[in-house]
Amino acid sequence: MSIHKTAATAGNEREHALALLRQMLLIRRFEEKAAELYSAGKIRGFLHLYIGEEAIAVGAMQALAVEDAVVATYREHGQALARGVPAGKIMSEMYGKANGCSRGRGGSMHMFDAGRRFYGGYAIVAGGLPVAVGLALADKMQERPAVTACFFGEGAVAEGEFHESLNLAALWRLPVLFLCENNLYAMGTALARSESQTDIHLKAQNYNIPAEAVDGMDVLAVESATQRAVAQVRRGDGPYFLELRTYRYRAHSMSDPELYRSKEEVAQWRGRDPISLFDAYLRTQGMLDDAELQTLETGVANDIDWAVAEAEKGGCEPVSDLARDVYGSVAT
Amino acid sequence: MAKMTYREAVRSAMRDALRADPRVFLMGEDVGKYGGAFGVSHGLLEEFGPTRIRDTPLSESTFVGAGIGAALGGMRPIVEVMTINFSLLALDQIVNNAATLRHMSGGQFGVPLLVRMATGGGRQLAAQHSHSLEGWYAHIPGIKVVTPATVADARGLLLAALKEPDPVLMFEHATLYPLEGESEDGTPMEIGRAALRRRGKDVSLIAYGGALGKTERAAAQLAELGVDAEVIDLRSLRPLDTEMILASVARTHRAVIVEEAWKTGGFAAEVSACIMEGAFDALDAPVARVCGAEVPMPYAQALEQAALPQPETIVKAVQGLF
Amino acid sequence: MPRLGADMTAGKVVKWLKRPGEQIKRGDVIAIVETDKANVDVESFVSGVLEKILVEPGDERLPVGTPLALIRTEGAAEPAARAAPVAAAAVAPAPVPPAAIAPARVPAAAVPPAAVYAAVPSAAAAGERARVSPAARKRALELRIDPTALAGTGPEGRVTLADVERAAQAGPVAQAAPVAQVAPAARAEPSPADAAAARQLRMREAIASSMSRSKREIPHYYLACTIDMGRALAWLAERNAGRAVTDRLIYAVLLIKATALALREVPELNGFWIDNRAQQSVAIHAGIAISLRGGGLVAPALHDADQRSLDDLMRGFQDLVKRARAWSLKSSEMADPTVTITSLGERGVESVFGIITPPQLALVGFGTPLERPWVVAGQVVPRPLLTATLSGDHRATDGHRGALFLAAVDRLLQQPEEL
Repeated sequence: MSIHKTAATAGNEREHALALLRQMLLIRRFEEKAAELYSAGKIRGFLHLYIGEEAIAVGAMQALAVEDAVVATYREHGQALARGVPAGKIMSEMYGKANGCSRGRGGSMHMFDAGRRFYGGYAIVAGGLPVAVGLALADKMQERPAVTACFFGEGAVAEGEFHESLNLAALWRLPVLFLCENNLYAMGTALARSESQTDIHLKAQNYNIPAEAVDGMDVLAVESATQRAVAQVRRGDGPYFLELRTYRYRAHSMSDPELYRSKEEVAQWRGRDPISLFDAYLRTQGMLDDAELQTLETGVANDIDWAVAEAEKGGCEPVSDLARDVYGSVAT
Repeated sequence: MAKMTYREAVRSAMRDALRADPRVFLMGEDVGKYGGAFGVSHGLLEEFGPTRIRDTPLSESTFVGAGIGAALGGMRPIVEVMTINFSLLALDQIVNNAATLRHMSGGQFGVPLLVRMATGGGRQLAAQHSHSLEGWYAHIPGIKVVTPATVADARGLLLAALKEPDPVLMFEHATLYPLEGESEDGTPMEIGRAALRRRGKDVSLIAYGGALGKTERAAAQLAELGVDAEVIDLRSLRPLDTEMILASVARTHRAVIVEEAWKTGGFAAEVSACIMEGAFDALDAPVARVCGAEVPMPYAQALEQAALPQPETIVKAVQGLF
Repeated sequence: MPRLGADMTAGKVVKWLKRPGEQIKRGDVIAIVETDKANVDVESFVSGVLEKILVEPGDERLPVGTPLALIRTEGAAEPAARAAPVAAAAVAPAPVPPAAIAPARVPAAAVPPAAVYAAVPSAAAAGERARVSPAARKRALELRIDPTALAGTGPEGRVTLADVERAAQAGPVAQAAPVAQVAPAARAEPSPADAAAARQLRMREAIASSMSRSKREIPHYYLACTIDMGRALAWLAERNAGRAVTDRLIYAVLLIKATALALREVPELNGFWIDNRAQQSVAIHAGIAISLRGGGLVAPALHDADQRSLDDLMRGFQDLVKRARAWSLKSSEMADPTVTITSLGERGVESVFGIITPPQLALVGFGTPLERPWVVAGQVVPRPLLTATLSGDHRATDGHRGALFLAAVDRLLQQPEEL
């Protein structure tokens, strides 16, 4: 693990590192709060937590520019937070409030933010990949130098849309960055129980897409790999594929009894916790101490309290507006 | 107005749109070099080049999904799916994404996408190329469903669809492609308006797409039998022009709905229910349906024709109401 | 009890992993809960000391939101303080949404299911309802025609809009509904017995509906007068003498004719109450109440009864009776009466006070002519006496007009040769 010196971080390594740590902490604490509020019945429906995978969203998002697009999955709170969608808007959305980032129409699985080109959480596994390919096509046809970052889990690899999308993106040399978050379980199905080839990046290589596997628990590794990949995609060389190896500590969703994996396995992965690893690394670099960490935690806690307060006080969309936004009214 | 075939009408509308709007492009299987499975896009590749006339791999789900993404990204894609049966491979993208994104995003995103496909039977293509599933799509809020049955509508509705802020599915009955007729007069059409094809006072015959011609022939036969039938061409299944349907039934007091799709759970049932809800007191006889036989479409000609609504079966259904 | 899934409403505590007094860190698993799916860990969202376990492991299914334990959070010094208790999984009772209150179902089970409705009979013979198209039904309502009384010409005998329009045109005002409304025999009844039963049922329903409406809407007044039938019957006997049985008149025909002529003199009783006003009919179509075998009755019209000869009325009367009992009346006959005449004379009844057939204005009733003492010119003599009655709609006429009418009937019957 090491901090790469880039144009963005030169001279600001410590500041940048602490920003990464803070974002990871924000996601972690936000998700913990979400679990608590779900248990209390404040958040309903499905809730898929990102705990354990924070390094991916935070690391990858560093490489994206404002004009780039993001397509995510139903486990997308982390990506939304890392992309800059305000925590209060996300929490309010999970509360089903009108001030939520999807006006209470989407919930946990469907966060959208047009201003940040955050094209949402897709809850049909692999359903977001063709959309990402299309976004990249639109950018390419309009000669915009944008990259579409498409997050998906390793479960999507078994879907036809995965293969179709990789093929089409490669065939048409579209600016898509495929980010496969391999957390080893498609709900309860272990990768080895569903795939004949468990080295997922090799599948991408078969479509003539440059692909590599990255330690998804190492935020710096994710960041540098993504920066490399984005630079190549932005040059117009077609898509790039990163397999980000990670683990989710929490169950698939709040209703998952976790019958399919052992507590020992979870404990083992917790030993490679992305936040703890980065925390330890920063201390060895002299960039972090207890006081600094406490400052970060306090700030994060405040952000989350604020987000919850915003969600609590947010108004509900009136039922009379039930049918709004099914169709648009303006011809284009 | 000009005389042209339905095929030429679809093509000329696309050509007009491609010339007028740089955001418009066409993609689909064999739309480029081959000229379209039904020859609809013949010549467009030569005029507009491979960037805007894009042959796709046989990946319905992904090229329809890419159409959704491109629409989100500011383009006005026209996606051609070869036939409606193939569109089932793209059902996920159409139903789970295209139809939902505007609502799910709280109105932040729209999907101005046109998906065209051939539908219907009558060409001895058996049970995987002949069905009429447009009623399924009409079930889905968030998308619009048009079914042009005339040359003028093929042009007019396609051009109207490209003005829509939302996904439109256009179903072209494959037997209509060689149909000749006058093109539209340039007046912009509005999606959601049915057309009164024939005025009559005794019974309302309600049809769309490939069933319209047969229904009009049935109306002519009925006239000889002394029954003055009104013929309504729905043109759009969603939104449905219930106003015209109800006004017609209020005049005629009888309704027969004709469609190629199967009766069970079909769109004719929807129209029938609309009439029950909105014109119950106007009815002088039960609403009747003339639909496709409840079999996967058979290959043999006689069997296929027997499985489809025919002018004679429509006439018989009408006679049963008096 | 935390909510551990979108569909979870309750759970059981399987095991406590922490004991009272133990330190708990945020994120620690403190208990195991059984949901419908599996055993699930319950984590604490706060750090502190497990103060008290409120629910011991057991089989009791607890609704989501039930406090399971109290945790004294760090910094909360008072063990018993109200501020300190924090339910396991941070579930405070207050925010639990209504849906989670599962026990509400328990008392519900104590209520006998659907007891209230058990006694309600099933919608009897819904399928026996007369076939009338919705459009016909609506138009008939507008025209005050009972569509079930019309002969349907549509498929399966359905009364259509055209049938109603025809019926409306058949009479001058034509909204008359008969005492009993009989749907014509359907074209394809399953079996004669079933068909008859169905007809009976329909008729009963029609009578019920019509008579209920009458009693509900029409303020009746009733008048009666005794008529000496001596001259009329004598004249009749003389006239019938030497005639073939088929050519003989019956006294009922005299009553019909006398009624019809009397209505010319008091036309306010002939017609309909429509749109809150009386509408007199120029034509006098006498609805003759005819009882049917097996029960029920109809009152088809003897058209233009005032203008027809007695012989013609006799033929018409016989024809009506025959066809009424054969269920082959015409819809116009059912729809046209402007007044109803009922005679229970053959049953030995002395007087009948009938219920007006809506929307008619009057009903005339005749009892049996019985030999009774009667004073004629100061002498008590036996005479055949008949009680004539009038049921009038008080909205349209008063007793005075009614009395004039009955007097006219009496007078006319005293000159039978003029009828």
